[in-house]
Amino acid sequence: MTSLPDTTKPGQKKLGLVIDLDICVGCQACATSCKEWNTQGYSAPLTDENPYGADPVGVWLNRVHAYEVDDGTSTNVVHFPRSCLHCETPACVTVCPTGASYKRAEDGIVLVNPDTCIGCKLCSWACPYGAREYDYQEGVMRKCTLCVDRIYNENLEPEDRQPACVKACPTGARAFGDLGDSESAVSKLVAEREGYDLMPQFDYKPVNKYLPPRTRKDKPTPKAGASLLDVMPEAKTTADRLFRWADRLLSR
Amino acid sequence: MKAFWSKPAEPQVETSPKTWDEVKTTTCYMCACRCGIRVYLKDGTVTYIDGNSKHPVNKGVICGKGASGIMQHYSPARLTKPLMRVGERGSGEFREVEWEEALRTATLWLSEVRAKDPKKLAFFTGRDQSQGLTGWWASQFGTPNYAAHGGFCSVNMAAAGLYTFGGSFWEFGEPDWKHTKYFMLFGVAEDHASNPIKMGLGKLKKRGAKFVSVNPVKTGYSAIADEWVGVKPGTDGLFAGAIIHELLKADKIDLPYLVRYTNAHWLVIQAPGHPENGLFLRDAEGRPQAVDQTGRLTDALAAELTPRLVGEVTLKDGRKAVPSFDLIARRFLSDEFSPDTVASQCAIPAATIRRIAAELAHVAFEQEVTLDVAWTDWAGRKHDKMTGRPVSMHAMRGISAHSNGFQTCRTIHLLQILLGTIDAPGGFRYKAPFPKPVPPAVKPAGKQGQVKPLTPLAGPPLGFVMGPEDLLVDAKGTPQRIDKAYSWEAPLSAHGLMHMVITNAAKQDPYGIDVLFMYMANMAWNSAMNVPDTIKYLTAKREDGEYVIPRIIYSDAYASETVAYADLILPDTTYLERHDCISLLDRPISEADGPADSIRIPVVEPDRDVRPFQTVLLDLGARLGLPGMVNADFSPKYPGGYPDYIVNHERAPGIGPLAGWRGADGKAQGKGAVNPDQLKRYEENGSYWFHELPDSQKYFRHANKEYLEWAVSFGLLGKAEPIVFQLYSEVLQKFRLAAEGHGAILPPPEHRQRILTHFDPIPCWYAPFEGDMVGEVEYPLHAITQRPMAMYHSWGSQNAWLRQILGRNWLYMSHFRAAALGVTDGDWVYVISHHGRIKVQVKRMDGVNDDTVWTWNAIGKRKGTWGLDANAAESKKGFLLNHIISELLPEREGGYRYSNSDPVTGQAAWYDLKVRIEKAEIGAGVSEPQFDTIKKIPGFKRPNILRFMGGKKKS
Repeated sequence: MTSLPDTTKPGQKKLGLVIDLDICVGCQACATSCKEWNTQGYSAPLTDENPYGADPVGVWLNRVHAYEVDDGTSTNVVHFPRSCLHCETPACVTVCPTGASYKRAEDGIVLVNPDTCIGCKLCSWACPYGAREYDYQEGVMRKCTLCVDRIYNENLEPEDRQPACVKACPTGARAFGDLGDSESAVSKLVAEREGYDLMPQFDYKPVNKYLPPRTRKDKPTPKAGASLLDVMPEAKTTADRLFRWADRLLSR
Repeated sequence: MKAFWSKPAEPQVETSPKTWDEVKTTTCYMCACRCGIRVYLKDGTVTYIDGNSKHPVNKGVICGKGASGIMQHYSPARLTKPLMRVGERGSGEFREVEWEEALRTATLWLSEVRAKDPKKLAFFTGRDQSQGLTGWWASQFGTPNYAAHGGFCSVNMAAAGLYTFGGSFWEFGEPDWKHTKYFMLFGVAEDHASNPIKMGLGKLKKRGAKFVSVNPVKTGYSAIADEWVGVKPGTDGLFAGAIIHELLKADKIDLPYLVRYTNAHWLVIQAPGHPENGLFLRDAEGRPQAVDQTGRLTDALAAELTPRLVGEVTLKDGRKAVPSFDLIARRFLSDEFSPDTVASQCAIPAATIRRIAAELAHVAFEQEVTLDVAWTDWAGRKHDKMTGRPVSMHAMRGISAHSNGFQTCRTIHLLQILLGTIDAPGGFRYKAPFPKPVPPAVKPAGKQGQVKPLTPLAGPPLGFVMGPEDLLVDAKGTPQRIDKAYSWEAPLSAHGLMHMVITNAAKQDPYGIDVLFMYMANMAWNSAMNVPDTIKYLTAKREDGEYVIPRIIYSDAYASETVAYADLILPDTTYLERHDCISLLDRPISEADGPADSIRIPVVEPDRDVRPFQTVLLDLGARLGLPGMVNADFSPKYPGGYPDYIVNHERAPGIGPLAGWRGADGKAQGKGAVNPDQLKRYEENGSYWFHELPDSQKYFRHANKEYLEWAVSFGLLGKAEPIVFQLYSEVLQKFRLAAEGHGAILPPPEHRQRILTHFDPIPCWYAPFEGDMVGEVEYPLHAITQRPMAMYHSWGSQNAWLRQILGRNWLYMSHFRAAALGVTDGDWVYVISHHGRIKVQVKRMDGVNDDTVWTWNAIGKRKGTWGLDANAAESKKGFLLNHIISELLPEREGGYRYSNSDPVTGQAAWYDLKVRIEKAEIGAGVSEPQFDTIKKIPGFKRPNILRFMGGKKKS
């Protein structure tokens, strides 16, 4: 059983993602960008079994699901990207019998050390978010690394030192930063948009936050009104209506 | 000292690994969006692809497809060597041949055709991004029978825009993402032109602008819309027309904009039965006339003029005339377009239509956007600000792919223009080379007598007709092109009708061909309407045992369903192994802020015996001795292949495929001498070139003097004259007059009513043909497809990663419809059209119009193709609607079957499909029909386990 670092000290860095469900269109850019970076990065390889056959099964660190959600008045389609939330008190780490699963003290990233992972899968059973995937070919557990091999990578341009999924996202639905710092852009975004924890009842304290869809502008507004009937002149016939324009002085 | 129970030291993580040794910039080809990408390489292997942050199209982002490019590049479906068919067509039995044999064979076949009758070559190039070259090649060969895939993509939308405001939706323009406050999206193809739209939607929603999606299906972009309008397929024109109705009634239209930029005030002759009825009143010089406030006839194009927009005038000769606006307003003020009339037809409540009209009016007229930018209009008048109405619209499939799409798209453009929003701040913006004259001044070549042995065509095969005199028909009205483009059946078919080539060739209607030469178009499968009969046509034989289509040459990089039906295969490279040129002569990557073009460079060398198609085409051109492709001594003019052509070819003096870094010193752009270092300069700049227009030229470009003069100097326009929006289309009226019997070139009597009905010079709506002909009772439901964002046409299924995201499709229908049919998730049903039936599996959802069923496009695959196992879900569970879409409409009176196309532009009307659903037994649990398995093409290697680690070896 693996212990967690002390992350209660003030100023503790909590790196994570903020995912905006208002603008995720489900394009899968984050999922495949993650796959292509990580299959040659820290988690290499992310094996695909039977890739061209009847039932291809591969390891992914980030998947996007689409659901229809009925809010009582209407049904909305929600695209929901799902990856490790880098919880503050993750059971996936504490259940690990070898210390392979661990939370980094310096930034809170939860990682698996492939050299000491024995593939017992306790961690994936412990995670209620389904964020870990087992590579049967390699015999190790894989999970989101928050692109630990990108975010500090001195061989990348500073603007590229962010998780592959964040860099890729075309709508700008993903943001990366320090959620331990209340003054960071991501923390402000969470405060402004009322970002929330996924399944807080488990008390694993996810670092990643989700931003709820904004209120849809699909109801009449006082300014625009429900129709143009109020501003329509009394004219009854088409000829009357055309006549309104007869004397308009319009210069080119 | 640490306590023994303390946590062990954290493992050391290498946080700065360098998993690449080289990064090259090129252009993506995972869809038609053409984003800038950076390709990371290790020991010559592609390890990672991301977006190029400096690129004007995608600014660093990438999509699900683009980031899976590695798996496309290393696909097991890649062809590896030229192939000659040895078995029967369709068997998939080939022998590998050397390139020299392949090229000699092609040259022999093609030279025979060219010496005898060049039109017997049908050269159609599918999803070609090099139409600047391929169209020119066809023209030098001398065949009019050339087009790319536009005829089944969106030609009715493109033509509607180009014949209305000199621009077009989709990749040829875009909403003013920065300033728009209200955005309406009518239909969409979410697999391409995708990143700019996604980036725009993200920005727009963050700013709090409203986004309305008009689409029968609520997925993808529609899912994040503020308001989803679940329109019934094919009725968007009624919806837009009803909004126009409301705006006209309430006088919420931008009259000053109309008078400045459109033909609203031009007088239309009203003399029924007269040969000039419905044409513009013109003076002796041909200039359109208007009537001013004093009642005097005057030059409608004059700058200083206060014209009347309504009211009839009597001409000296006794004829009457009215401003075109009068006619348009009468049309849309009629009850035909009232919200109450259209509500049930569109499945949109009248109150919703009224509210949206009110919102549009509010944003347009109460929330103007003013930019502090001075500009000069076409007449030289200076303005100190740019003011626009921040309503924008965009459209794609759903508007195209219906037989009423041309007129529907014209209706949407009319709405945009009535609100004063085209190229205005906050509205819809052109992208270079647009705006162009309405329509562009290029006419199609290939009239009778213009097609001669060993002779180039007099011009390009594709262009824009201005009247019946420009049609490609003989004296009897018989089509001259194999696809019947520019005939009375599809007069404005600016992109040809690729979907009719195989049918017409097999039926020898209007004539048989000798060689069918295709590139990158899966015409034996998901790009065909009516797959089963298309396969019959491709394999049909004459009595003497020869195939009716005697020779088929096909070039593609991948083993698609079409490969098995060709006699000679010329294997292409992947997009990472080639030079390409995304040119202003074709479909450039321009942005609204300025023109842009780009190149692809070979970031890796092919590891197979394949060649870039464009280089092969130039090689064939040289072997055939085509003018422009050989020197005086018949040596090849471009021995260096496509890159040689890209740099050295000049279409007109100083104008070549690429606009950037021209001139001997590389300092010219647009026009300039050939620069031998041009490709190097592109590579140094990330493989693109972009010229940002000065702020004073970014809006109102159709009437912006500075812009128009710059566009002439740059080579985009011939004259610096204002481009006047044609709300009323005189071109269409000319066809109507011919159908009434006026003029020298008349349609055959059997086509006249069709022309009269659909060539309305004022935007109109008519019911899509198939639904109208087969009847609501027998076929009550619409069946359409949507484009999955992570797949581009059929290409995605060979991709190990993308097929894990979407490896099979379902038939989606509303809970209401499913309950009525007694089916639930997982049940099997027959989908039956007038043409055939398929058996598929159902899923239910809420976000779909109740009268519509739909599925993802092009997921179904034929067994044995695309490098997939024959048991792949794509083949066993996946399916296509194409099998039940007929390429011909049901018989009309007299037995004639028109193509299933828009009657104006020839656009394939595959969204018109009407069906009924019947519950089916599970049976074998596979989709139907199933086709024979295609034999394995030589060269395949298909791993069972994929450990893709880029350049790294697994330790």
